[in-house]
Amino acid sequence: MSTREVMRKIFGIEDDEDNGFGYPDRQTRLDLSHNVILYLEDITVSFDGFRALNKLNLAIDAGELRCIIGPNGAGKTTMMDVITGKTRPDSGRAFFGQTIDLTRLTEPQIAHTGIGRKFQKPTIFEQHSAFENLELAMKTDKRVSKSLFATLRDEQRDRIAATLTQIGLGHEADRPAGLLSHGQKQWLEIGMLLMQEPQLLLLDEPVAGMTDDETVKTAELFLSLAGKHSLVVVEHDMSFIERLGGKVTVLHEGSVLMEGDLATVQNDQRVIEVYLGR
Amino acid sequence: MHTPFTLRFLSSIDRKSGIALAVFLAVALLAVPLLHSAFPPESLFHVSTYAITLVGKIMCYAIVAIAMDLIWGYGGILSLGHGLFFALGGYTFGMYLMRQIGRDGSYGADLPDFMVFLDWKELPWYWHGSDSFLWVALLVVLVPALVACIFGFFAFRSRIKGVYFSIITQALTYAAMLLFFRNETGFGGNNGFTDFKRILGYSITAPETRLVLFGLTALLLAATFVFAKWLVGSKYGRVLTAIRDAESRVMFIGYNPLWFKLFVWTVSAVLCGIAGALYVPQVGIINPSEMGVANSIEIAIWVAVGGRGTLIGPIIGAFVVNLAKSWFTVSFPEYWLFFLGLLFIVVTLLLPQGLIGLWKSLRQARAGKGGKA
Repeated sequence: MSTREVMRKIFGIEDDEDNGFGYPDRQTRLDLSHNVILYLEDITVSFDGFRALNKLNLAIDAGELRCIIGPNGAGKTTMMDVITGKTRPDSGRAFFGQTIDLTRLTEPQIAHTGIGRKFQKPTIFEQHSAFENLELAMKTDKRVSKSLFATLRDEQRDRIAATLTQIGLGHEADRPAGLLSHGQKQWLEIGMLLMQEPQLLLLDEPVAGMTDDETVKTAELFLSLAGKHSLVVVEHDMSFIERLGGKVTVLHEGSVLMEGDLATVQNDQRVIEVYLGR
Repeated sequence: MHTPFTLRFLSSIDRKSGIALAVFLAVALLAVPLLHSAFPPESLFHVSTYAITLVGKIMCYAIVAIAMDLIWGYGGILSLGHGLFFALGGYTFGMYLMRQIGRDGSYGADLPDFMVFLDWKELPWYWHGSDSFLWVALLVVLVPALVACIFGFFAFRSRIKGVYFSIITQALTYAAMLLFFRNETGFGGNNGFTDFKRILGYSITAPETRLVLFGLTALLLAATFVFAKWLVGSKYGRVLTAIRDAESRVMFIGYNPLWFKLFVWTVSAVLCGIAGALYVPQVGIINPSEMGVANSIEIAIWVAVGGRGTLIGPIIGAFVVNLAKSWFTVSFPEYWLFFLGLLFIVVTLLLPQGLIGLWKSLRQARAGKGGKA
């Protein structure tokens, strides 16, 4: 048994490629041979007997833009927690591509495989400038040893500047992020996601608190990302979902109630009942 | 372009700090030795040995304050056990100082006095090599690093945070204190180490030795400040403050907080260890009370009084609190702890940014008035 194996046994480190300092920037070999980027199978999560997710099955195609709706407590956020490693499912399997088993990876590892997440409440680094927020999110070697001596190359600066312009914060680069407006914070978080260059973006209520104008711009941004990236958007704003087009999945009591385009879903009797209450 | 290491460190210092550093080093390395030796003790300009020892001691505390600011001010992790690392460095270097006594102890034996007293015939295994300055200097770094690394790994891996972490660090230093109180532990029990005679063969009480120790401490304080300034200005520093402000976001953009916290925790412990090693020869004693709970809390108070997350603030805090302490403990010894508690409450309630914050807001108010006039 090698020293590394012994250490792993003692400390219970699960990662095979962990070198003790974090996570190298490795190009993930995401297997998309069946054209499915995310595959959830029979996922069940219980909190104190309450089943937040109940045998949830979901498949997202590569390049797809999927919207997820559902009443409060339907399990939308818990589903994102499972995909990003924050919550471990009691049973079921979650695969990224054909080969990466998400239930066995930690949050940072999952981020490195190419999944980015935007939280429901904008979560940014308030003391850092908008520029620094993007700098920290940028896809690069994120180990301690590399962070100590990291300097920004010109093309990296240009990328950050380009992303700042893209999210409409070109003139706010040096402002502490905490001083930005709510909508700007939402956009900054989306910008951080873009800097990560993820293949799958999970967006939890991305337009909450945005003005109508900002909402339209966000929809345009997402549509431009679809195809190259896969997006899963959780939203309550139906006009936003309509603007995005694409398939809609309705969650209810921890499992999928139905899937289809928005018009079909909105006219479905079961969906109406779920939203209005029986 | 490849910049040499030292230049890269220095480039993190702005003009104002650079001038302040130069003045500080000129005073500590040139003015103080000159004033001490050139003027007779009765002269007004004479810097007394007492003053040199007192300031040397406080400079050791200032290094600890910087170490505490790194972990607390920038990392958001409040340690209430930093006295342990300080004491570990002190004890480790104290072993060397005990061996330097040689046969000049009261028993005239090869072993340190307390071992003779316990009727021990040979040195315990961990005392081997303690007569070598280099080995002990290495241990001063390694011992606190190892203790911090092991403790930190398990604490941070279990995602212990906030007040729970603080309580555990407090328990850790308390447990260590109880261990060091025992005679069987082999570190002199409740008397600790004292009655040092020599360091590297030079008399430890000689004014020249004191001046050298004072100068070394000043140099190390300056170096610690430059290093800390560089560290918090690096991308690592930005990740560290990001972990303090929104740890989950940091994880979801792909950094593992465990290693980032463990690194700063270990660095902080090592700085404390080195400060402890410089403290012991100047003060002339180390005993388990250094690991006491109150000592570690006092470190946090220096940082809070000076201003968290400013690096310069904690240095000022260490000086202000300790100068007040040495005056109080002479004039009103029984009221010191009340004053310390009061100070902590006042700072927490009225000055969340400490003295640095007060100074900044005063300057802003003045600038505002000037603008109107």
